[in-house]
Amino acid sequence: MRRTLFTLFIVWSCTLSFASAQNVEPTRGGALQSLLWPEPPGIMSGQFLQSPALLVSTKLFEPLLTYDFALNPKAHLAESWEIAPDGKRYTFKLRRNVKWHDGKPFTADDVVFTFGEYLIDVHPRIKLVFQRTKVSKIDDYTVEFRLDEPFGPLVRSFGIGTEIVPAHLYKGTDFRKNPNNAAPVGTGPFKFKEWKRGEYIHLVKNADYWRRGLPYLDEIYYRLVPDAATRAIAIESQQLHLATQNDLELLHVDRLSKLPYIAVTTKGWEWGSPIVWIEMNNRKAPFSDKRFRQAVMYAVDHTFIRDTVFQGYAKIATGPIHSGSPFYEPNVRRYAFDPAKAESLLDEMGLKRGANGVRTTIKLLGLPYGEMWNRAAEYTKQALKKVGVEVVLEPSDAAGWSDRTRNWDFEMTMYFLTTLSDPALGVSRTFMSDNQRKGVLFTNHSGYANPKVDELFIRAAATANEAERKKLYSEVQKIMVDEAAVAWLVELVWPTVYNKKLHNVVIDSSGPNGNFAETWLAK
Amino acid sequence: MRFVAALLAWLPRAFLMLAAIGLLNFALIRMAPGDPAAVLAGESGASDEQFIAAIHRDYGLDRPLREQVFTYLRRLAVLDLGMSYRTQRPVASVIFERVPATLLLTVPALLLAIIVGTSLGTLAATRAGTWKDTLITSMAMLFYATPVFWVGLLLILLFSVSLEVLPPFGMASFIKKTGMPGVLDVLQHLIMPVLSLALFYMAVYVRVARAATIEVLGRGFVRTAYAKGLSSRQTLRRHVLRNAVLPSVTLAGLQVGQLMGGAVIIESVFAWPGIGRLAFDALMQRDYNVILGVFFVSSAMVVVANLLTDIVLRLIDPRIGRN
Repeated sequence: MRRTLFTLFIVWSCTLSFASAQNVEPTRGGALQSLLWPEPPGIMSGQFLQSPALLVSTKLFEPLLTYDFALNPKAHLAESWEIAPDGKRYTFKLRRNVKWHDGKPFTADDVVFTFGEYLIDVHPRIKLVFQRTKVSKIDDYTVEFRLDEPFGPLVRSFGIGTEIVPAHLYKGTDFRKNPNNAAPVGTGPFKFKEWKRGEYIHLVKNADYWRRGLPYLDEIYYRLVPDAATRAIAIESQQLHLATQNDLELLHVDRLSKLPYIAVTTKGWEWGSPIVWIEMNNRKAPFSDKRFRQAVMYAVDHTFIRDTVFQGYAKIATGPIHSGSPFYEPNVRRYAFDPAKAESLLDEMGLKRGANGVRTTIKLLGLPYGEMWNRAAEYTKQALKKVGVEVVLEPSDAAGWSDRTRNWDFEMTMYFLTTLSDPALGVSRTFMSDNQRKGVLFTNHSGYANPKVDELFIRAAATANEAERKKLYSEVQKIMVDEAAVAWLVELVWPTVYNKKLHNVVIDSSGPNGNFAETWLAK
Repeated sequence: MRFVAALLAWLPRAFLMLAAIGLLNFALIRMAPGDPAAVLAGESGASDEQFIAAIHRDYGLDRPLREQVFTYLRRLAVLDLGMSYRTQRPVASVIFERVPATLLLTVPALLLAIIVGTSLGTLAATRAGTWKDTLITSMAMLFYATPVFWVGLLLILLFSVSLEVLPPFGMASFIKKTGMPGVLDVLQHLIMPVLSLALFYMAVYVRVARAATIEVLGRGFVRTAYAKGLSSRQTLRRHVLRNAVLPSVTLAGLQVGQLMGGAVIIESVFAWPGIGRLAFDALMQRDYNVILGVFFVSSAMVVVANLLTDIVLRLIDPRIGRN
C-alpha cells in the first residue's frame, strides 16, 4: 500500500512539475535556501569529490556534456561532438560566447588543461579514464581526444566530476594549494560569494552567463544544519526549500512527503546508481566458499530491507550492475527469501548446528552513517541468526570503518558504492582480481578472484561497440551473481525533497547536481 | 604579595600541565584507528595510493611517530597549532573564527545558570522541607535528567513550529540585518539555545547551593548572628551566603574552563557555528591538528580558570591559602 501510494505520488509530482514547466511563466529573482550536510572540506571542482561539495561546485563549474535521464549525452560547454568510427578519436566543438567569472574567455586551452593536466593530478577516479587519452587543441574552439584502444565508457565520462577549470588561473601552480580554491572562478550560472564556515555557502547570479536570460534565481544559500531532526524541521517550517540524498533520515522523508507544500522525487541520481552490499572476506573461511555467500543471499529478506529498513526508498539489487544501466542483465540467478535453502547450503558445507543451535560466529562491520545503516546491520544479524549463524556487530565511526575496510581487516563489511555511469568506471573496480590494493578504499577489498570475470571486464572496457559490451556484461553478471561475489542487498534511491514553490529542480540525470540555471522560485 | 607568590608557584606547574596535556591528547588521538586521508577518500567514493601518500607527506604523517610527537610539542611551544588537513587553512584561524559564537552561547548560559541556580538553591534551603523546596529540587532534577538535545528539540517544536515566534536554528536571519535590528535578530536566535543549555547547568547549581546553605545554616556562627539580634535577611546575606557560595564558585571555575570547548550537542541541534561542533566534526574526520588545537585551547582555559578560581576564593574567604 505504502509503495503504491509512493509511486502514485511520484507520478503525480512529476506531471505537476511538467505542467508547470509548460504553462507557467518562470518567476525571476529570489534566493533558493538549500540544505547542505555535512560541511565539505572545500568546493573546488575536481579536488573535492564529497557529495555536498559536488552540489555546490556544479553551480559554479560546467562540464562539456550533460546526460538525460537515460544517460544519453547532451551538448553543454561543447556545442557538438563527433566520435570516429574506429572509436579512437573524439572531437569536440566548443561554444564561443562563454566567459569565466573573471571576464576572461573560455577556450580550447581550458579544456586541454583540465583533461591533460588538472584532473590527471587531482582526481583519483577520473584519472583512470583520462590517462589513457591524449587531448590536444585543434583551434581555439576545437579539442580532440585520441586513444590507443577504443574505450567504451569515454562518452559517459564528460559529466559530473569533469567540469572545466580555468587554465589561466591554475596552469603552472600547485593545484591543491592554489588560492583560487577558496573562491572558485568558473563558467557556471552562479558565482561564489562567501563561505561562512559552520553556517552557509552563498552563491550569487552570474549576470554574464552564456545562456542569455538565465539563471532565474538571484542567489543560492547552502545552509549547514548538523542535526538530522533540525534539518527536517527546517524543511517542514519552510525555512529551507531543498534537501537531497542523505540530508534527511528516510523516516523524516516519509513524514514530510505527506505535507501539501512538499514534493518528493527520486529522479536525478541516475549517474550515481548506488548499490548497498555486504562484502565478505574471501581470504578467510567460511567466506571463501561460495555456498556460504549464497546462503547469506537466501537468508536475508530483501523485500523487508527495502520496505522497512529503507522505508521504500530503495529497489532490490539483483547483481553488480544497477538496474538503471543500459548494461543491466535481469536474467541472473534469483535469490528469493528462503531460509531453508540457506540452511541446507550451510549443512552441505559441513557447518552443522552445534548444541546451542549455532553453526558459526562471524563479525559484521556496519556502516556508521546513521540510523538506517544501524538498522540494516541489526536486521542482518537477526536474519542470519535464524539460519544458525551468530553475527557480532562491530561498532566504528567513519574513519575506523574506512581504515579497517581498506586494510582488509574485516570478516563482513556493509556499505554502499556509487556504480557510476558505466560498469567499467564503477563496477569492475570492486571485483577485478588485480585491483586488490591494500590500503586503498573502494578497490577489491574482499579478495574475490575469478579469471573469467577478469577477462570479461577487460574485454568489455576495451570496445566501443555497445551491443558487444552488453553481451560481455550480461555474461559477467550471470557468473558473479551465481557465485554471490558479494551479498547484494538494495539499490538506493535518493529522495530529493523540495518545497513546491521551487520549480525545475530535477531536469536531467544530474538532478540536484545540475547547474540550476533554469530553476526558479515562485513568490 | 601573597598573590604574586601564588602566581610564581602556579606558572611552572601550569606549564608542565599543558605539556603533559599536549602529550596525552596526542597519544589518545593516535590510538584511535583512522586516517584523515582515508576519510577524505571515503567521502569522495574514490581513492588511490598517490593521493593518500601526498596527504601524508604534506602533513608529515609519513614520519615516525616519535618524530611527530617532538615536532608537535616543539610547535606547541611557540603556539603554532599547524594546518587543518581537511580545509587546508591554519588551525588557529579555524578555531578563533568560532570563538565569538561559542562565547556568545556559553557565557550567558553559564551566568544565567549561576545566578538563577544559586538563588533558587538558597531559597530551597531556607524553605527546606516545604512544598517550595520540593518543587525547586524536583524541577532541577528533571532538567538535569532530561537529555539536553531533547529539551532543545521540544523548544523548537513549541516556539518555532507551533507558535512561530522564534527562529528554529542558526545564528542570524537569512536576510542580513545591520545595526540595532541585527543585534536583536541575533538575540532572538540566542534565546532557545541559551535556555536549553542554562536549564541543564542550572540544576547542578541548585543542588550545590542548597546543600551548602543547609550546612552553613546549622553552624554555630549563624546561631550567634541570630543571637546578637540580626534579622534573618541580614544573617543570610552577611554570614550564610558568603560561606555557602564557595562550592558554587569552585564549580563555576571548572565550568568556565569548558566554555571555550563549546557545547557540542546544543550547537548541533541549533546549527550554532561554535567550537564544540568544530571539534566533533574534526574528530569524525580525524583532522588531528584541529582536534589537538581545540583540546589545547580548552585545556589552557581550564588551567587559567583554575588560577582565577583560586584568586576569587581567596577574596571571598581570606582563610584559604594562608600557610
